[in-house]
Parts: sequence; C-alpha cells; structure tokens
Amino acid sequence: MDLKLLDSPPTTAERDAVDGVLGPPASAWVGGERGADGHAALGGHAARAQRHLLLPVLHEVQGRIGWISPAALGYVCRRLTIPPAEAYGVASFYALFALEPRAPLVTHVCTDIACMCRGSSELVAELERTVGPAGEHPGNGRSIWLESPCLGMCERAPAALVTRAGDEAHEHEIAPASASDVAAALASADAPSPPPPLVPQAGDPSLRLLRRIGRVDPGSLDSYRAAGGYAALRAAIDMGPAGVIREVTDSRLLGRGGAAFPTGRKWDAVARNPVRPHYLVCNADESEPGTFKDRVVIEHDPFALVEAMTIAGFATGCERAFVYLRGEYPLAWERLSTAITGARARGFLGDDVMGAGVRFDIELRKGAGAYICGEETALFNSIEGYRGEPRSKPPFPVDSGLFSKPTVVNNVESLINVLDIVLEGGAAFARIGTEQSTGTRLFCLSGCVERPGLYEAPFGVKLGELLEMAGGVAGGRQLKAVLLGGAAGAFVGPDKLDLELSFEATREVGTTLGSGVIMAFDETVDLVPVLLRIAAFFRDESCGQCVPCRVGTVRQQEALLRLASERPRGTVADELALLDEIGQAMRDASICGLGQTAANAIDSAVRELRVFERAAG
Amino acid sequence: MSAVPVTIRRTVELQIDGDAVRVPEGSTILDACKARGLDIPTLCYGETLTPVNACRVCMVEVEGSRVLVPSCARKAEDGMVVRTRSDRVDHSRKMVLEFLGSSVDLSTTQHVDRWNREYGAAPERYGPPAPPAPEGARDRAQAGRHHAGDGQTAATVAQPVKIDNENYVRDYAKCILCYKCVEGCGTDWQNTFAIAVAGRGFDARIATEFDAPLPDSACVYCGNCIAVCPTGALMFKSEYDLRQAGGWDESAQTVTETICSYCGVGCSLELHVQDNTIVKVTSPLDHGVTHGNLCVKGRFGFQYVQNRAPGADDGA
Ligand SMILES: Cc1cc2nc3c(=O)[nH]c(=O)nc-3n(C[C@H](O)[C@H](O)[C@H](O)COP(=O)(O)O)c2cc1C
Ligand code: SF4
Ligand code: SF4
Ligand code: SF4
Ligand code: FES
Ligand code: FES
Repeated sequence: MDLKLLDSPPTTAERDAVDGVLGPPASAWVGGERGADGHAALGGHAARAQRHLLLPVLHEVQGRIGWISPAALGYVCRRLTIPPAEAYGVASFYALFALEPRAPLVTHVCTDIACMCRGSSELVAELERTVGPAGEHPGNGRSIWLESPCLGMCERAPAALVTRAGDEAHEHEIAPASASDVAAALASADAPSPPPPLVPQAGDPSLRLLRRIGRVDPGSLDSYRAAGGYAALRAAIDMGPAGVIREVTDSRLLGRGGAAFPTGRKWDAVARNPVRPHYLVCNADESEPGTFKDRVVIEHDPFALVEAMTIAGFATGCERAFVYLRGEYPLAWERLSTAITGARARGFLGDDVMGAGVRFDIELRKGAGAYICGEETALFNSIEGYRGEPRSKPPFPVDSGLFSKPTVVNNVESLINVLDIVLEGGAAFARIGTEQSTGTRLFCLSGCVERPGLYEAPFGVKLGELLEMAGGVAGGRQLKAVLLGGAAGAFVGPDKLDLELSFEATREVGTTLGSGVIMAFDETVDLVPVLLRIAAFFRDESCGQCVPCRVGTVRQQEALLRLASERPRGTVADELALLDEIGQAMRDASICGLGQTAANAIDSAVRELRVFERAAG
Repeated sequence: MSAVPVTIRRTVELQIDGDAVRVPEGSTILDACKARGLDIPTLCYGETLTPVNACRVCMVEVEGSRVLVPSCARKAEDGMVVRTRSDRVDHSRKMVLEFLGSSVDLSTTQHVDRWNREYGAAPERYGPPAPPAPEGARDRAQAGRHHAGDGQTAATVAQPVKIDNENYVRDYAKCILCYKCVEGCGTDWQNTFAIAVAGRGFDARIATEFDAPLPDSACVYCGNCIAVCPTGALMFKSEYDLRQAGGWDESAQTVTETICSYCGVGCSLELHVQDNTIVKVTSPLDHGVTHGNLCVKGRFGFQYVQNRAPGADDGA
C-alpha cells in the first residue's frame, strides 16, 4: 500500500499524544520523515497489525488536544500504516471525536428519555438562557455544552458528563445536574468525589449479583477476597474447563445483553472450535437508553467482572480478553483499570493465574460515543480499528468474531452470574427464577418512580411488585406507561402491572426485557416528546450502512414530527399507516438489531397506549 | 466470470418459489434465482465485488428466518425454501425503493423506473424535498447530531457536485452509499484506499480524508470506482459536461473495442464515441484478467487519439 498523507506536520503536543500510546517511532519510515512528494511507502505488516490501536490513539489525541486535526490524523496514519481516508472514516463515525477545533471543556447534557422525566428540558432551557445555545462558545471560547443521548446515569437524572481536554485531561459525571452545576463545570472542571451507589436494596441478604455493592472497597483486591472473591475461580480451576461449561449449560443462563442466547451453548461452541486463538470479549458498551446496570457493577464491584472473565476465558480456551467499555463512563474506566492492574500484580491475571498454569489477561477498550458498537459484530470492528458497522451473520462470532477468530462475547451481567453458578452448581441456579428464565435479573428503574436505582429480583417478579420496591410512582401520581427494555423495547400500559418479568412472559405479550430497563412515566408526562426523542436517537445512532435503517429512521422521525405538530400529510390515520409501513420494512430488511427494533417503542405506544388517538378523534 | 473450474463441485438443492433448483455449492441465492431466469432487483451487488449487502433491495424470504435475507450475499443451502415474491418481500422492496427515491437523485440509475412501477413505489409520498445542503455541509456533519426540521419536507442527500479535476466528477446527490466505489478503490481491486465511508447514519458519505480535493488525496485516477458506480454519481467529466450541455445521446454513440496500447498488459478497452469524440472509456467486467479495471492511462489517456492538427478539423 502506498500511503499519501495530507501535507502538514503534527504539533509537538499531537506527536506526543500519539507516541504516548504507540511509543516512539522505531524508524524514520514510520516516524516523521517522508519523501518530498508526500508519499510514505512501507510494507509495515507489523505496523498494520497494530490497527487495533487506532481507537485508543484517537482517544488520546482527542483527550489531549481537544480535537483531531488533519495533521494529527496524518501522523496516526503514518505510525499505524492506515490510509488516511479510512482513518477519517473511523474518526468521523464517533460522536465523541471532534474533527474541527472545539473548546477544551465540554459538558454533555443528557436530554434522553429518563432525564426528560426528571427535568432535563428545564435544565436545557435554563442553560440556553444563562450560558447560551448548545454548541456555542460562551464568553472566552474555552467551554461549550452539548446535548447528549442517555449517559447511563438515569438513576440520578438529569445527568451530565464533563470532559476536559489538555495535559490534565479528565472526565467526570454530574448527576443529578442543575443549571448552576453545569455553569460551574463550564467555568472550571474540578471533579467532585464520586457519589455512593444508588442500590436501594443494599444490605438485603437475598441479593446475589448486588451483594457486594457498597460493602466492598472497589479499589481493594483484599476487600474483594475477604467478601469471598476468587473462591469461584479456584472452584472453576478444580472442576476444569469442561466442568465449568457443564455447570453453565445446566444453569440455563440466558444472555443479559438483550438477545437472551444460552450462554452455555455459546461457550461450548467456542471451546470446541479447533481454530486458535480464541478471544473473549466483555460487552460493556451499555448505551441502551435507560440502562445503567453494568456501570454500577463495574464501578462498585470491578473485581467480580475480572474474576468472572477469567473463569470464562479458562473454560473456553481464551488467553486474551477485551472489555469494551462505554466511552462515557470515566469512573467505571478508572476502577476497572485499577482492578485489572491490581489483579495482574497479584497473579490473578497473567501467565500463571493463581499458580495453576492458566494464562489469561484482559485489555480495556473505550467506546467513543456510538450505541451501535454494543452490537457484537460492530463491537469487533470497533476494537479492530474499523468503522463500527455490524457485519452480516452468518458467520457467527463463535466461528468468526474478533480478528476473525472464534469469540465468546458476553454482557457484564451474564458474566458475573457465572460466579455463583460455579460455586453453587448449575442445577441450584436453575431453581431460581422461572422455568425458562433462570436466576435473578438486574432491573434499571428510572423515570417517575420514587426511588430510582438498580434493583435485583428473581425472574418472574411482577412489574407492579418491582415498581412497589422502588416506592411506586413519585409524588403519588398515577402511572401512565412503562417502557420495558429501553428505546429498543416497548411500552406497556398500567393494565400490565401483573406482567411477570421473564423472557417468556414478556415475549408472549409482544414486549421484551431487553437490557433490564423499567422506565416509568406518570400522568403528567406527555409521551409525544418522548417518542420524538426515541426517533431522534435511532436516527443519530444508525450506522448508516443499510437503506431501511439509514433512511427509515429519518422518515419515521419526519412522520412523528408531523403528527406531533398536528400537521399530518393526509389524515392522522394515514400517518399512522405510513409509520407502520416504515416499521415493517425496518424490522424485515435491516441488517442488524438496531434497525430491526427502531420502530418497536413507537409502534407499541401507538398500538398499546393509543398516543395519537385524541388527535385522530 | 470465466474462471475454469478445476474440481468437480458439489451441488446443493433448494426450493425457489416452489420449484426445485440445483446449483453448485457456494452459489448465492441470487445466483440460483438467476439460473431460474428470475429477475431480482439489485443495486449494491457487483459481480466482481465482495457482497456488502447494504442496499437491501434484493431481499427474499427464507423459511425459518425471522427476518428477510439478502439474496446477493446469502449462500444457497441444501433444503432452503426461498420465496422471491411474498407480501413481505414486495413490501420491503417497495420501501427501499421509496427510501432511496425520496432521498437520492436516481435520474441516472438504471432500472429504477421499472422497479418503481413493478413494486408500486411512490417516493413522492414523503413530501417535497428539503433544500439541498450547502457545499461542504454534509462533509462536516458531526456523528450523533442532526437538525430535524418539522417533517414537512423530506430530508435528502442533495448537495453541489464536486468538480476538482479534469477526469471525473463526484455528484454525491446521486449516491446511494452502495460501497462499491470504496471496494473498487480498496481491497477488492485497486488497493489505493483514496476514498472511504465517513460519518454515520443519514450523514454517512463517501469521502477522502477531511473531504480533501481528489488531487490532494491518494487517488491515482484509475476510474475503477466509476466503472462500478451504479448511479452515475461518479461520472467521466466528458460525460458530465455533455449532459450539462444537453448533448448526451447514448443512441448516437458507438462502442469500439480495442486493446490499450500503453503497456504490455493488454487491457480491453471499450471506447464510447459520440460525434467522433471519445466520451468515456470502459472495460468489460467479464474480462478474465482485468475484470473491468484499468489504470489512468487506459481510462483517461485518450486525448491523444483525438488531437487534431490545428486547422485540420475536418471531422474525419
Ligand atoms: C444495537 C444493539 C446494541 C447492543 N448493545 C449492547 C450492549 O450495550 N451491551 C450488551 O451486552 N449487548 C448489547 N447488544 C447485544 C449484543 O449484540 C450481544 O447479543 C450480547 O453482547 C451478547 O451477550 P450475552 O449473550 O451475554 O447477552 C446490542 C445489540 C444491538 C443490536
Ligand atoms: S440496521 Fe442500522 S445500525 Fe444496523 S447495520 Fe443497518 S444501518 Fe447499521
Ligand atoms: S479513480 Fe481509482 S484511485 Fe481514484 S478514487 Fe477511484 S478507484 Fe480510487
Ligand atoms: S459513489 Fe456510486 S459507487 Fe460509490 S457509494 Fe455512491 S453510488 Fe455507490
Ligand atoms: S442518563 Fe439521561 S436518560 Fe439515561
Ligand atoms: S443487492 Fe443485495 S443487498 Fe444490495
């Protein structure tokens, strides 16, 4: 390949940021110098094999400089032997990267649906009044605020995320956020100390997945071990890989990332695959609006994930694993990095895990603002340094996943279930929950409930019971609707409080548990703006690869806008029929789950809640 | 393509619209449909390119599959039961045609009018088009942000045409994002990687790095992207200029096959001639060596053929 690079040298700071990740250039070829004609020809197979470092390098440039300039991108391309058009295609795919100069201090203010119930519209209006419009530099041009999709802090809505670029780059969350908090953050970005977890059941002896939350020191391996940590890995090593897979299969654990695929079957397929190496990927991208469970687990019990991944790697023959963590989770990033480093230092990761001759290690990767990268094959592309576009299936990840090798990909919650499965046995685990949905589930309660937070309950718990646990509807108001499963899920009405929360029962009534979102809306909430926000979300987050989703999400939004402004083309019924036609095509013909589910919440609101009925009457 | 099979290939038998069809293993459903003489619409499929199955106009129903299946990419399997014209299939083809027709200028895309009639697609029902984007605006769009408008007009990819070199123009108002040019420029053929898909969602677009003009990019003007572009978004400047002047007339054109005289490879050339002037150069896709690809000399180096001595312009 013949690289031709745009013609400007990087600044010292840009060069330092890149070299900080990649190390100093080994030779003049990949270093600064090149022929006068702007071409840098190099075979550089070794350099190309580093393409998976593209995303980390782009993060570093964005974090240190505040934007990715043509010169900085050119230098990255030279170091990694990537054609600049491709690197530009990757950088421009992510919402957190700026390709034009931008203020170093950015406050991302969540305007998504859980925060809408908790005053984000008022917050935004206040910011517009006191600070100025989104994206515009007030005063000195050193800071701006931007609207953001769900930041995964819905239990503390309304939420904001502050990012500061520069030598002392850092990020922190503010939740709940007021206009004065945001204004203060825009003036300086001193991080407040992180708040305690919002797990209202903390201390309840019946908790399983959440039992250590708030009780162990997330920074201390000793604290984790004192609470029983690493007993499961010891047991797993004793029972051997086949034994672990047998227990996981017997547990009938279904994946918690949304697709409810049997984890045991996935592990078994990879374990048996003769192609090597095998990879393990933990999906911690968690960008489904209303979802925050994986963040809470990682922030407050990070060693549990490290231990569970080690068991998964041991069982399926993976020596190398990746955690793909959502880019907007600075505290989770810090705590998980510390946990991984700590475990490695103490021999719980590395070439001889627990002295048992097991080789296993974990690398941490950060997303950059793209919901679609939670789709497993898009996630692989993202890690590999390509655009986060889903691949077509087949082939499935167990045959050809990360780096085209057999890959186990699991959600955080799926993985941490394995600790108890190994300790208690699969059969005991399978006795919890319902016939087809075994074990307990993490539920993300948000919106208009009295005590939002992360809850745990056995499958089969009734929707009404769960809302009761969260103190019912805030302020004693009437319940209007509940969104189950997030933006990709579906609304149900207050008539469904008896709905049993299990994969099978929700499927039967045409809804889904998805990622465990339970978002309540009371009588005072107008659902039309909520639907508009969901439509805008899917338009923003479509990767753009396939026509039904790329254009369908736009046409869906346009039809909703016409309905919302009561200026339908034809009658309201015509518009509803059009929405139905658009939804059907997206569901049937889109490549991946994003397009296939982009109409579901809107469709359910029209059918179940008859949101536009009044206008139609 | 004319590759000679070296081993006797296994075959698979599937059912298409009720009829049993036997095809060599490795064939796609589309291959099998073509073998039956069925006319399946395709846009992003290219016989010389790796399938990206992005346009979704070729979808068919396969029994047991929850969603429709892209016939251009999915391999035929023993026992598969395929329906090429069910209500679901027809509906999604109609919608894909409407989605494209309402957002992209398809005036130079082949077959579209016929398909629109066949599937009852009515792109105009999404309302009048929104005003075109100013120059460069789509190239600067930030992932994850958009301006929604009020829904009364239909968003489109309309934008000014990019003319930055003498060889070919890029009219991305006509681009359906089929990825073919990117494949042709990249791993499938040219390995130049001058262009890639940038941005996301409805703002996704084909671009050089930072939308740099082609002369500043890695482009070597092989024109292999033009050869595979199904929409006319990429077009010889000579064709573009003639069309602008209203003089483009395919019925008045002749195609002369010849061999490129620049080097020893001997690529086949098809010279498209109108009014005694070469207006574009193509190469047959089914050519066993070049598969339709050329280099800048064969593609654009034709001016010398028609250089006439000053004053000797006698039309001969
Ligand atoms: C658009 C989209 C977004 C997704 N986001 C996530 C996510 O953030 N986290 C996750 O675990 N799974 C997500 N998934 C599901 C994954 O593709 C995959 O099924 C899951 O990670 C498998 O793990 P599990 O079997 O443990 O559930 C998403 C799927 C789609 C289609
Ligand atoms: S359905 Fe949407 S997100 Fe998925 S591949 Fe197609 S365009 Fe991309
Ligand atoms: S002319 Fe050739 S090098 Fe230039 S963009 Fe097209 S395929 Fe790539
Ligand atoms: S320019 Fe042509 S070949 Fe390239 S993506 Fe657009 S329509 Fe396809
Ligand atoms: S943090 Fe605002 S909706 Fe989730
Ligand atoms: S032709 Fe099959 S998806 Fe485009």
